[in-house]
Amino acid sequence: MCNSELRGIEKSLASFNQAGIRPVAISVDSPEDSRKLMEQAGYTFPFLSDQKTEVIRRYDLLHKGAGENGTDIARPAEFLVDRTGTVRWLNLTENYFRRARPEQVLDKANLLE
Amino acid sequence: MNVRQINWPLWAGVLLTLIAGFSYIAVFIWFPITRDFPWVNLLMFAVAAVFLWLGLRRGFARDRAHPTRSKIVASVLTTFSVLIIALFLFSYFVFARWLPPSTGAPQVGQKIPEFTLPDSSGRQVSLNELLTTPIEGKPPKGVLLIFYRGYW
Repeated sequence: MCNSELRGIEKSLASFNQAGIRPVAISVDSPEDSRKLMEQAGYTFPFLSDQKTEVIRRYDLLHKGAGENGTDIARPAEFLVDRTGTVRWLNLTENYFRRARPEQVLDKANLLE
Repeated sequence: MNVRQINWPLWAGVLLTLIAGFSYIAVFIWFPITRDFPWVNLLMFAVAAVFLWLGLRRGFARDRAHPTRSKIVASVLTTFSVLIIALFLFSYFVFARWLPPSTGAPQVGQKIPEFTLPDSSGRQVSLNELLTTPIEGKPPKGVLLIFYRGYW
């Protein structure tokens, strides 16, 4: 599921680059697992590891027990942050299967300076 | 066995139910237009339901060569199919909505808390670095943070 969204981002990477937007994926996966996923799926944008869910909890995105074997993971969420570190747009989906689309985010590029 | 005795609508309904269920995960999840709302799968389920209804009626018809067997097969397969349809509806319309409300998440206009996390090569990367490292020679206008469940 998550891969459907990430694959869409990768496919639109040229448009993101052009818009000056850097996509960054964050999950509880280890750097090693992220590396394998990137190799397997051909992702070229950065993947960050929050194995201790520190950032995920600080952002209030923790989905308790929803991971494999009841581990805590991040709920799906997207934040568009401008160069001053201010949130310009966010998407907290109410349905796991409904995700932000690349064109939806690129539409918001004008909110950035 | 006489081919004409086979309950075709019943089997078509079962097959279509299975295809409708599995094709969401296998195919339609990859396209936002069929992923965000599974309308293709719901349409297939609707058609499958019509076949199952016809199959059930045929299974309980009086002219069956093996009336008892025919009724049992029709009942069991219809129940099985209805359970698959129910499971799908539950997964999409109920289970998929069991997400934390995240009311404390950073809001529009707020500064997002700074962080430093290791990337896939283990190198520590800060948000500030992501916001300042040039993209194709130009300073970035912003960063899109995508939180996802992880590889499984």
